[in-house]
Amino acid sequence: MHFEYNIEGGDFSKAGFASSQLKKVLKQLITDHKVVKRTVVALYEAEVNVVAHAYLGVVIIDIDTDKIKIQINDKGPGIEDISKAMEEGFSTASEKVREMGFGAGMGLSNIKNNSDDFKITSEVGVGTKLEIIAYLKTI
Amino acid sequence: MLKYNRMKVSDIINELGLTVFSGQSGIDKEITGGYVSDLLSDVMGHAKEGQIWCTLQTHKNVMAIASLKDLSAIILVKGFKPDEDMAEQGEVEGVPVLGTTETTFEIVGKLYELLK
Ligand SMILES: Nc1ncnc2c1ncn2[C@@H]1O[C@H](COP(=O)(O)OP(=O)(O)OP(=O)(O)O)[C@@H](O)[C@H]1O
Ligand SMILES: [Mg+2]
Repeated sequence: MHFEYNIEGGDFSKAGFASSQLKKVLKQLITDHKVVKRTVVALYEAEVNVVAHAYLGVVIIDIDTDKIKIQINDKGPGIEDISKAMEEGFSTASEKVREMGFGAGMGLSNIKNNSDDFKITSEVGVGTKLEIIAYLKTI
Repeated sequence: MLKYNRMKVSDIINELGLTVFSGQSGIDKEITGGYVSDLLSDVMGHAKEGQIWCTLQTHKNVMAIASLKDLSAIILVKGFKPDEDMAEQGEVEGVPVLGTTETTFEIVGKLYELLK
């Protein structure tokens, strides 16, 4: 199964749309409740990062018998130092974004902790790409 | 994990005199504990299914998190009211959006007494 969603930078009212759609789909397919929850948490954080830090992005989801693969590609400022960005507490979120309760600098760690495989690549001035994989025992 | 008293959302609404802003259909859900934070990714990372979430954040993303994490309800503190789209989303998802005029410290103290 294949799904794609667009994300618009700055539009917090739509942040989380792809993750809530994915949750509905996975609940029908997968009995392992935990995998569903972990995967939607990871996707939600990735979505919010595009909204908070980039200009626009696309979410590409492929559900297979053995795994769920999610790619989130954005056009945006990119990340200069990925290992620093991965540190809990590091954030460049704007004041406005922080007022909403984002900007704890925990999103990327949440993604890492809630996926089986997590890759992040970024080019400054171009954008950022994430790949999140959850392996399935049975489907 | 601590084992709490079995209480439903409707029980704590009555006991604590909470306002129900929306999501009435979810008040029969059981509360497994609570989580207090105004940092959304902290809640995303650490809150557990069935917990009741106390916060002063009043926007729609609060609902998105509550729903993705299967939290039992949200309590807005200090007289805060949900933004319109947050209240609507609570209705759609069936997650009760509750309110109190008390501070987080006071309401959580009482909540803990009830649940422990
Ligand atoms: N898609 C992205 N484009 C550009 N920068 C990003 C992107 N994702 C993350 N970053 C950078 O990495 C930092 C850390 O991201 P992380 O998600 O861990 O925390 P946050 O988004 O700042 O806050 P939180 O997720 O806790 O609300 C961000 O502050 C930002 O500087
Ligand atoms: Mg983030």
